[in-house]
Amino acid sequence: MKQLLKGFALGAALLSAQPALAADRELLNTSYDIARELFAAYNVEFQKHWQEKTGETVEINQSHAGSSKQAQAIIQGLKADVATFNQVTDIDILHERGGLIPENWAERFANNSSPYYSTMAFLVRKGNPKNIQNWDDLAREDVALVMPNPKTSGNGRYTYLAALGYAQDQFGDDQAKIDEFLSTFLGQVRVFDSGGRGATTTFVERGIGDALLTFESEVLNIADRLDGEYEVVTPKVSFLAEFPVTWIDDYTKQNGTEALAKEYLSHLYSEDSQRLLASFNYRVHNEAVVAENADRFKELKLKSIDEIAGGWENAMKTHFSSGGKLDQLQRQR
Amino acid sequence: MAGHNRRVGDQPWVRRSLIGLALTLTVILLVIPVVVIFTQALSAGWTTFAGNILDEYTLHAIGLTLFVALLTVPLNLVFGTALAWSVTRFRFPGRKLLITLIDIPFAVSPVVAGLLYLLLYGRNGWLGGWLSTHDVQLMFAWPGIVMVTVFVTCPFVARELIPLMQQQGSEEEEAGVVLGASGWRIFRKITLPNIKWALIYGVVLTNARAVGEFGAVSVVSGNVRGQTNTLPLHVELLYQDYNIVGAFASASLLAGIAILTLVAKAFVEWKQSSSESPAPEKGGV
Repeated sequence: MKQLLKGFALGAALLSAQPALAADRELLNTSYDIARELFAAYNVEFQKHWQEKTGETVEINQSHAGSSKQAQAIIQGLKADVATFNQVTDIDILHERGGLIPENWAERFANNSSPYYSTMAFLVRKGNPKNIQNWDDLAREDVALVMPNPKTSGNGRYTYLAALGYAQDQFGDDQAKIDEFLSTFLGQVRVFDSGGRGATTTFVERGIGDALLTFESEVLNIADRLDGEYEVVTPKVSFLAEFPVTWIDDYTKQNGTEALAKEYLSHLYSEDSQRLLASFNYRVHNEAVVAENADRFKELKLKSIDEIAGGWENAMKTHFSSGGKLDQLQRQR
Repeated sequence: MAGHNRRVGDQPWVRRSLIGLALTLTVILLVIPVVVIFTQALSAGWTTFAGNILDEYTLHAIGLTLFVALLTVPLNLVFGTALAWSVTRFRFPGRKLLITLIDIPFAVSPVVAGLLYLLLYGRNGWLGGWLSTHDVQLMFAWPGIVMVTVFVTCPFVARELIPLMQQQGSEEEEAGVVLGASGWRIFRKITLPNIKWALIYGVVLTNARAVGEFGAVSVVSGNVRGQTNTLPLHVELLYQDYNIVGAFASASLLAGIAILTLVAKAFVEWKQSSSESPAPEKGGV
């Protein structure tokens, strides 16, 4: 019994172990699963900024998981102050199912409340042996592809939509040709992984496929990390992948963190923050920073979800629902 | 074995190849992965290993995991003993049903268990509205993690005790009653010594599962680093960050706990078999 009590005390002590100086304010940022390093860096920058502005210290807590799971958690009562996600639909749901934010949340910050963005690009093996330059090369018979499954991941959906955007540019209104292209393209996919990191593992660790299709940020990240083994190919046309942010109105009111949460998000648009975001391989809006990184982020035509599929709701219904376009195209093979 | 009552399986080559197969599979499936965990954890040297373990968030995850186990184990110890006692010492309607119900946490996937609790106690859940207006935060905080861990681990103690207590019967306790001992005295002097080792065995298993539980905890945790991140969740998080060495360092702690558990389990089994009452035949869990 004594042992037990001792252990219990130890556990409680460890649990309550706080930094020596408790911060004046606290903020909880829920984010997608691979954004930890990004926000670890940004939080330091923001803490400095807030202290200069108000003299207060802030402790920022981070929660990371798949953004759909995070949205569910917030709806079910995870009292997050801000959400920084990688899918617009996951923030929409906070309004639709949770009633926690207003419908016009996207208008509350510039660029659809997306302080940074990315697009879909290709990672190919050293020397680009299959000479892959654009989407039509991916539909060639001698090319094997690795990408996340559009059924289970936003990442995969973006790639599917990017290919659709390319086909629309090529074939105009000819729906039969568009379908044929997409069907051939999907037929070249050797492995559909359930998520982005899984696809990376398949391509890099297991050495399967000639091209990995995923976020440009991820592609640049791998190319940096494994210098010389891979090359980055940016297609001429691709999808505008937004990384939307919002504060959670209901919870910030309860937590008394409204001003802090708003400043945390709007500061993402400042020049220093944008430079920081660019260093994590995301594309940003600030012109000075864009100019500095011109050689890193190749210019390309970016098509939005509205252009390609008439909005997210429509895209989900037409393309990704059970028995939708994606299912039909894969069945044709 | 003597030659004249040979069976098919006794031929030397069959025996040798079966033993060889079992050993090979054990090495491939069990030994190598465990060795890999420790070699990976130490691949960047002891300093990095220590740095990874002493990381603020890792320490907190260790603390939280121990804290959860320290609440879960006593709760299930009391619950399991009470349950085993009532179903083996009394006859009442619904007794068989109760014995079946205790196995639900084994039958249900932990993720489903987590979701059940979320649907019940979450903000939009049955009890969630009431909890929310009274400002009680169960889900996405440590109470929720303890609740699902208790659920997932509640059969272990009872499952160890029920067969043993059934086998032992209640004669000794009835003798105690006849001699005028109080209920508490009977429990302490007769029941407890009889079930001691099975009880400890149940506790060891409960603790191992409580420390390692991932699925159910993942649903109700909220994954806030430094607040609601347990050690198994922390391993996943580090892995997703490409911090492979850090992930393996944390994983090696879990593996270490598992190995300690096995040693404790072997010791208890040895004690059990050497004590008077024969140990209950149990399949591994």
